[in-house]
Amino acid sequence: MSACVGSDLGRPDGPAKVSGRAVYVADLAVAGAWHGGAVRSTIAHGRVLRIERKPGFDWRRVVVVGPGDVPGDNVQELLSDDQPILAERVVRHVGEPLLLVAAPDLPTLEAALAALRPIVEPLPAELDFESATRVLHEVSIDKGDPGARFDSPPPGARLFEGTWRTDSQEQLYVEPQGCVAWPADADGTVVVRGSMQCPHYVRKALARCFGIAPERARVVQLTTGGGFGGKEEYPSVVACHAALLARAAGRPVRIVYDRHEDLLVTPKRHPSRVHHRTLVAADGTLLAMDVDVLLDGGAYTTLSPVVLSRACLHASGPYRCEHVAIRGRVVATNHVPSGAFRGFGAPQTCFAIERQMDRIARALDLHPFALRRHNALRLGDATATGQVLHDSVGSLAVLDAVAARTGIDRHRWCAPAMAVPSSNSGRVRGLGMSFFFHGAGFTGSGEELLKGRVAIRLLPDGRAEVAAGSTEIGQGTTTVFTAIAADALGCDPGDVVVAVPDTAAVPDSGPTVASRTCMVVGSVLASACRELAARIGGAAGDFRSRARAWLAAGGDGIVEHVYGSPPGLVWDQATYRGDAYPCYGWAADVAEVEVDLDTLEVDVVRLTTAVDVGKAIQPRLVEGQITGGALQAIGWAQCEVVSSRDGRVQQDRLATCIVPTTKDAPRFDVTIVEQPYAHGPFGAKGVGELPMDGGAPAVLAAIEDALGVPADRVPATPERLLALLEQRERTS
Amino acid sequence: MRVISARSLDEALAALRDATAASRVLAGGTDLMVELAAGRTSPDLVVDVGAVPELRGIRPVDDGLWLGAGTTCTELLHSAAVTAHADLLAIAAREVGAAQIQNRATIGGNLGTASPAADLVPVLFALGAQVALRSATGARVLPVEDFVTGYRATARRPDELIEGIVVPPRPARELRAFRKVGTRRAQSIAKLVVALAIAADGGVVTAARIAAGAVADRTVRLTTLERALFEGLPPGGLADAVAASVAADTAPCDDVRSTARYRSTVLARVLVRLLAALPSC
Repeated sequence: MSACVGSDLGRPDGPAKVSGRAVYVADLAVAGAWHGGAVRSTIAHGRVLRIERKPGFDWRRVVVVGPGDVPGDNVQELLSDDQPILAERVVRHVGEPLLLVAAPDLPTLEAALAALRPIVEPLPAELDFESATRVLHEVSIDKGDPGARFDSPPPGARLFEGTWRTDSQEQLYVEPQGCVAWPADADGTVVVRGSMQCPHYVRKALARCFGIAPERARVVQLTTGGGFGGKEEYPSVVACHAALLARAAGRPVRIVYDRHEDLLVTPKRHPSRVHHRTLVAADGTLLAMDVDVLLDGGAYTTLSPVVLSRACLHASGPYRCEHVAIRGRVVATNHVPSGAFRGFGAPQTCFAIERQMDRIARALDLHPFALRRHNALRLGDATATGQVLHDSVGSLAVLDAVAARTGIDRHRWCAPAMAVPSSNSGRVRGLGMSFFFHGAGFTGSGEELLKGRVAIRLLPDGRAEVAAGSTEIGQGTTTVFTAIAADALGCDPGDVVVAVPDTAAVPDSGPTVASRTCMVVGSVLASACRELAARIGGAAGDFRSRARAWLAAGGDGIVEHVYGSPPGLVWDQATYRGDAYPCYGWAADVAEVEVDLDTLEVDVVRLTTAVDVGKAIQPRLVEGQITGGALQAIGWAQCEVVSSRDGRVQQDRLATCIVPTTKDAPRFDVTIVEQPYAHGPFGAKGVGELPMDGGAPAVLAAIEDALGVPADRVPATPERLLALLEQRERTS
Repeated sequence: MRVISARSLDEALAALRDATAASRVLAGGTDLMVELAAGRTSPDLVVDVGAVPELRGIRPVDDGLWLGAGTTCTELLHSAAVTAHADLLAIAAREVGAAQIQNRATIGGNLGTASPAADLVPVLFALGAQVALRSATGARVLPVEDFVTGYRATARRPDELIEGIVVPPRPARELRAFRKVGTRRAQSIAKLVVALAIAADGGVVTAARIAAGAVADRTVRLTTLERALFEGLPPGGLADAVAASVAADTAPCDDVRSTARYRSTVLARVLVRLLAALPSC
């Protein structure tokens, strides 16, 4: 039975959102709640001398919380203990919180914040990650003996070097960060409700902050207006702040960032520099690769080690190569900490390898499509970590699909450094492509360690409730879980409800990140549902009647399953050898651009993409993920500038923080390829991040094709393209 | 901060009697509300003229087309009279912000704020518009170029209100063009913006007004180029005339939206293309 999977259900969360009835954190009615805010550093690095209180303000009207008021550890719980909840002696980035204030109303809060002036003695700030020396984390991946190959290359082999850079990017979720916290109740439980991707992360952070057992912190997700990774780790910061203020005020406290504060202080994508050395045979076969990956981690570790890990694991691209060395470092600077953002390091290294492949193809006079297809990983091949691909490899299928849709395999690229193109219309066209893969689920043994749990439980009325910590953040979790549960239970979608993620009421299915919700959590859900269906039995009658009969007869209506990795997966975190991911999604993009020769404005007129998702549980949602992710990638490629001056983010309002509008969107041509993954629900793999990976290299390749200048940095803004063209004129 | 919501022109002018240099007039609020929220302005007095009926309306007058200061961008782009007599204004109004902004933003507000990146102001320069100012004690009319005096600075006295704008009648055989280069295809603030109106008779330029925004501290006329069109192009032709004018008449800067280099280079290219496309030049 497969009535829901593969069809398009309505979104259970849709009507409330479209009609405005959905309750976001700013809408939640909370009697007596105060407003919270933070006093923040205005400089990138400095020694905190004192915080002056301007005279004339009546401090009895507000509560003020400092580092000494943290009952547990003044540590923002994550991978490393280097980030304080409130900075005490040293500030390391603009916007770092020093003090918290809560007030009965916003004007009083603003007056109090304005009356608190941190006196900070400036220290030298490290603002250039390429020269920064403090290493937060390193990764090494070794395969074969690339050193020997580079030292004594076989006859006819050629060496190619390239340096590729990408700038930061802002997630720009529609709803800014926010939560409401309540003071501990009679049994000592701290409650937080808010906008977030990972309620169980927030719970862990609160437990550390308050020095309490995780069970004494209860975290409930409210309707969440987007995340893109931006609500993976950062909501823990907001939650700790609000909860500390609620404790001090003895009443609920709400913190909702306005857009300005959100843009200034929340984590963004890691800037990168990737250097490639590639040894290539005359026929285009990749003989050896040496990749150096450098990321700007910003002021604190946050999730950087894992971002670097994913960056490195995707650095050699979806290509066969016997000899590979990948060295990755993430360094500390005095920028706002970099953090999770859709793709999580992979878009940066995907950009580099794909542009490197174009450079190789041109130099060898090989077709970029043919070069990619020739080297593409196939079933039975081994990746850079030695992972042998046993099933669900859609690599050739996606390449052939975009070729069939666009004729890219027959396109003649312009030679680099050709004369300035001219045209009567003042516009020139170009085509570019990319080929990419994305590991679905946590890296390495991550899923094994996490042991994500999901429960399916019968309600008294006979409906089945899905209980998991996985969140609906607009991407369609509720719909996907409903479809999977309905088909695995053999019931109607109307017989399924999805519980609100509430750490007191749902098991920890793991964070809503890493393209894992459908594939990993969905597979646990499917197996739990199948067991429950088997228990109830397939006797006559509709599902609800059978479920009620089962409950009436004293049957156990709750099944909770734990994720188990597919048999045979082996990963060694120390050596980075083995099965880096349970499986991969595969995709190819072809971008067609039109460049205005006067203004160098780039219109991406068409984006053709073929994506192997294993199985599209909800095809319309999959297509939404693909086109949305691709547009986010196109924005990063051409207009989404994030820059800082003295460590302060300059794009601090929607007037300056530019992302594409619908008018900037190309026509999308999406082909969904389904090479089923045996251990995913109904064959499904991850799709959330994959579409973010390939847009930038394809768009920059197309710009290069149109203008004949090497596009080696994201974003390729008109200003940068002008500088490249002028440089070429000077040197030619 | 005192806020007075005027219900008539007389009430607004009376309220402005007490105004100082720190006082502000509120129309659609698309500039002022943002500045207030960002803490960039702290006026002693705000006079809200959004509900003043006398400031509304588009109508023909003896010396051209009268646009009440409270005319919104949406009204501009839907007005048949504007399309017939001042089509550049309708074209430019469509480029201002999003539909929600267009519904609120007024021509008087755009001019009164006098942002160097304003979309409508270069058009008013190109059309040779006059600004009608009124206070409780009198009224006066200024050419729009005399009205804009510097970076977000105007000739309006604190007690005055922009009552309306007069766009002169469209001459025969006047060629007009508008081009905005923004950070994306919609809802963007200009990296540079150009508006021009050129009248020619038998291949001879008889009038030329060429204005640009976001390339100096205020909207500017490219007078050097205009002169070259009258007096004859230099030996290098149009491109040289444009280059000389960009060098002499603009002073672009690097900022969060673009670079000085981009602004001057692209301004020149856009001008050459627009002028080359005009049959008379």
